[in-house]
Amino acid sequence: MLRSIGRRLFLAACGTAMLVGTASAQQVVNVYTTREPALAAPLFEAFTKATGITVNSVFVKDGLAERVKAEGAASPADLLMTVDVGNLLDVVDAGVIQPVESKVLSDAIPANLRDPQGNWFALSMRARLIYAAKDMPKLTSFHYEDLSDPKWKGKICIRSGQHPYNIGLTAAYIVHYGEAKTEAWLRGLKANLARKATGGDREGARDIMGGICDIAVGNSYYVGLMRSGAGGPDQKKWGEAIDVVLPTFENGGTHVNVSGAAVAKNAPNKANAVKLLEFAVSPQMQAVYAKQNMEYPVLAGAEIDPIIAALGPLKIDSVSLVEVAKARKKASELMDKVGFDN
Amino acid sequence: MALLVLLPVLALIEIAAQGSGDLWPHLIENVLPVALQQTLLLLLGVGVLTTLMAVPCAWLVATCRFPGRAALDWALLLPLAVPSYIVAYSYLDVLHPLGPVQSALRFLLGISSPRGLRLPDLRSIGGCIFVLSVVLYPYVYLSARASFLVQSAAALEVARTLGAGRLRTFLRIAIPLARPAIVAGVTLALLETLGDIGASEFLGMRTLTVSIYTTWVNRSNLPGAAQIALVMLLLVLVIILGERAARRSRRFVATGSTRPQAPTQLTGLAAWGACLFCALPVLLGFAVPLAHLTLAAAQRIEFSGISLDILKEARNSALLATAGMLVTVSLGLVVAVAQRVDRSRITGAFVRLAGLGYAIPGTVLAIGLLTPMAAFDNLLDGFARQLAGVSTGLLISGSGGALILAYGIRFLTIPASGVEAGYAKLSPHLDMAARSLGCTRGAMVRQVHLPLLRTALATAALIVFVDGMKELPATLLLRPLGFETLATHIYAEAARSTYEDGALAALVIVLVGLIPVILLARISRSAAEGAARPSSSSKSGT
Repeated sequence: MLRSIGRRLFLAACGTAMLVGTASAQQVVNVYTTREPALAAPLFEAFTKATGITVNSVFVKDGLAERVKAEGAASPADLLMTVDVGNLLDVVDAGVIQPVESKVLSDAIPANLRDPQGNWFALSMRARLIYAAKDMPKLTSFHYEDLSDPKWKGKICIRSGQHPYNIGLTAAYIVHYGEAKTEAWLRGLKANLARKATGGDREGARDIMGGICDIAVGNSYYVGLMRSGAGGPDQKKWGEAIDVVLPTFENGGTHVNVSGAAVAKNAPNKANAVKLLEFAVSPQMQAVYAKQNMEYPVLAGAEIDPIIAALGPLKIDSVSLVEVAKARKKASELMDKVGFDN
Repeated sequence: MALLVLLPVLALIEIAAQGSGDLWPHLIENVLPVALQQTLLLLLGVGVLTTLMAVPCAWLVATCRFPGRAALDWALLLPLAVPSYIVAYSYLDVLHPLGPVQSALRFLLGISSPRGLRLPDLRSIGGCIFVLSVVLYPYVYLSARASFLVQSAAALEVARTLGAGRLRTFLRIAIPLARPAIVAGVTLALLETLGDIGASEFLGMRTLTVSIYTTWVNRSNLPGAAQIALVMLLLVLVIILGERAARRSRRFVATGSTRPQAPTQLTGLAAWGACLFCALPVLLGFAVPLAHLTLAAAQRIEFSGISLDILKEARNSALLATAGMLVTVSLGLVVAVAQRVDRSRITGAFVRLAGLGYAIPGTVLAIGLLTPMAAFDNLLDGFARQLAGVSTGLLISGSGGALILAYGIRFLTIPASGVEAGYAKLSPHLDMAARSLGCTRGAMVRQVHLPLLRTALATAALIVFVDGMKELPATLLLRPLGFETLATHIYAEAARSTYEDGALAALVIVLVGLIPVILLARISRSAAEGAARPSSSSKSGT
C-alpha cells in the first residue's frame, strides 16, 4: 500500500511538472489569487469561452509574495490577483512582478487606480461604510471622524483593527491628519466599542439586529450580498435590519480599497496574463466581475448592481491609494499601540 | 530525521536574521506583553479545564459501573473529530443573541427585544478557554484512561483497607500514579492550544500565534514574524522539557501482579451523577457542534443544493491525510527505534527536537519549508534544463510532496512519543534476551518490537490521520494548483464570512473524522485491558 501510494505521488509530481513544463503549448494562464476563487470564477469562465485559454487558479490567502518569491524562476504563476491594494504593493516590493504596457488597460482604468509604471492595475472597488440600527434616529450624514465621538460610547461594532479593511481606513486617516491625531481617534473609537473588535463585517449587521450595537463599520459589498439574499434568508434579515450611510472624511470623500492584479515576473504565459487583464476591464466583464462580489467597477460607466447603486452616489476620497498603502505599516503599529484588539 | 524537523527551523532562523532588530522595541512595548499574557492565560485555563473534565471522567469510566458507561467510554473521544475552528464558529452562532439559547432565555423571561438581555460574550479569554477545552480534553482523557485501566488493584485496595474513602483513594493514590500519563495528555492539549489559529483568531484573542500572523500579513514583515516564532519555540521547549521532567521525577512501576481492579458498581444518585458528569463533555465538545452543523448544512442544502465539489474535496482530504499518516508514522517509528537501540545522548536530543514540529504554527512551518524546498526544485529544474533541455517545474513544492512532508514534520511527535511510550512498557531485558539469542538489531526490531508496538503504532496512525483531516494553515499555503480540501473550502468560505456555506464541508470533516476516532476508542480499550491482564506483567522491568 505504501509503495502504491508512493508511486502515485511520484506520478502526480511528474504529472504536475509536465503540466507546468508544457503549459505554454496548451494555452493556459495560471492565476495565484488572494481573492476567493468563486468570486473570480465567472470572469475566468467567460475568458476561457472567449479565447480558449484555460485558467488554473489557486487561492493563496496569506503569503502570496513569499510563495512566488520562493518558487523563483520555475514558478508557474502568471497573474497575481489580490483583494487589497496593500498586497499589490507587497508583490511589487518583493520584486516578483513585471510591468505591463497596455493602452487597453491605461485607457480603461483611471490613473489613480493603477501604478504609473504599469506594475499593478485595480479591477474593482469597495467602500467602507456605516451600518446603523433602524430603531434609532436616522443618520443623514456621517464623518469617519465621528466614530470617536463619546456619544457613541459602548455602541459601535467593528472587526479586528488588524484586518486589512480597517488598516486601510486608518492609513487613510493618517494621510489626512497625521499620526498623532489618528492615535487619538483610534483611542476614542476603541473606547466606543460595544464588544471586542473581531468577527466579520456582516456580523456588525447581525449584532445590530441582536441588540449588541447601534452602528457598525462594514464594507459596501456585504450590504449587497446580504440584501440580495444570496447568503440565505438569515442574512437577508440582517441586511434589512440596518440603514446604510456613506460616510466621508470631513475634508474629503468615502474611503475605498481595491482588488487588482499584477503580472508575475517569471510568468511562463505572460501574453495570456495580459490578455486576461485586458479582458477584465472590458465594459461587460467589469460589470460581471464587480457584480459577482457587489463591488464598484473601476471602468467609468460600467454597470453597478442596483442594490449598491441604491446606497447613494459614491464620492471617492481624494487621497492617493499609494500614499494610503504606504501608511499601512504605521496604521498597524498604532492599532497595537492603542491596544485596539485587546 | 531530526535534521528534517530542523530544516524549517533553520530556514526560520535564516529568515529571522534577514530582519533588522528595529521591530523589537515596538513588539516589546505593544505586542509581546499582551500576547504572552493571553497565551499563558489560555495555556493555564486549557490545562486546568481539560484536566478537570478529563481526569474524573477517565477515572469513572475506567473503574466504575454506571448507566451509559459503555457508550460514554468511547463517546468521550468524539470531540477529537471536530476541528477547534468549527467548534468556535458553531458556538458563536448558538450563543448569539439571535441564536437558540438566548432566544429561548428571552422567551422564558418574557423579554421581547434582544436589547433587553445581554449575556457575557464568547469572544473573550474565558470563551476561548471553554471552546479549546471542550475539543482538546480527549487528549488528556485518552492517556489518563489508559493509565487508570492498568493501575494495579493491589495499591488501591490497600488504601481502601486502610480506611481511605473512595475520593481519598482517587486523589491520593490513583491520580499520583497516573500523573505522568495526565501530564503527557495535557502537554498535547497545550501544544495544540499554542499553535491554534482558527479558534483563537475568531474569538478575538491576541496570542503569540495570532501576533505572528499579524506581523507577517499586515506588516508584510516575514523576518519579524519569524522572530516572534522563535520566541514561541522557546515556550514550546519549556513545555516539552517540563513534561520530560514530570515524567522523569515520577516513574512508577507496577510490581508483581497487575491484577486489574474490579469495577465499582455505582448506585442511585452517584450513578446518575457520574453519567451526567461524563456526558457533559461529549455534549459540549461534540453533540452541540454536530447538531448545529447538521441543521446549518440542511438549511444550506435546501437553499442552494449540494455541490459535487465536496466529494472531490473529501477525497483530496482523505488522500492527503492517509499519505501524511504513512509518512509521519514511518518517520516516528524510525525516531523511536533509533532512540531504543542507540541510547546515546545525541539520539535523545534529536528525539526531543522531533517534538518541536508539532508546536510550530502550520503557516510558519510552511514558509520555513517553502524556501528550502523551492530552492531545491529550482536547482533541479536548472540542471534538467541545462542537461536535457526539459523543465521539471516545481517537482516537490508544486506537487503536494511539500505538503506531505509538512504533515510529517508537524505531527512527527505523535507517533514518536506514542511509540516511545509503547517502548517504555517493554523491558530492556527483552532486548538483551533477543540479542543473546542471536537476533540482529534489525531482526529484533522487526520480529520482537514491532508486533508488541502494534497498538501504539495504530493509535498514533489514527490520531495523525484525524489531525491531517483537520489541518489547515500548512495546507492553505503548500497545496498545489487547483487542489482543494475540506478544510481549505471551509476557510475560503469563512474568509468571506459566508461560513454557513462551509457548514456541509465542516459536517463532512467531522463525519469522516469519526471513523478513525471510533477505531481509536476500540483499540485503546482493548490495549489497556490487554496490558492489565496478569499474563503481561512483564512490563514491570524498568
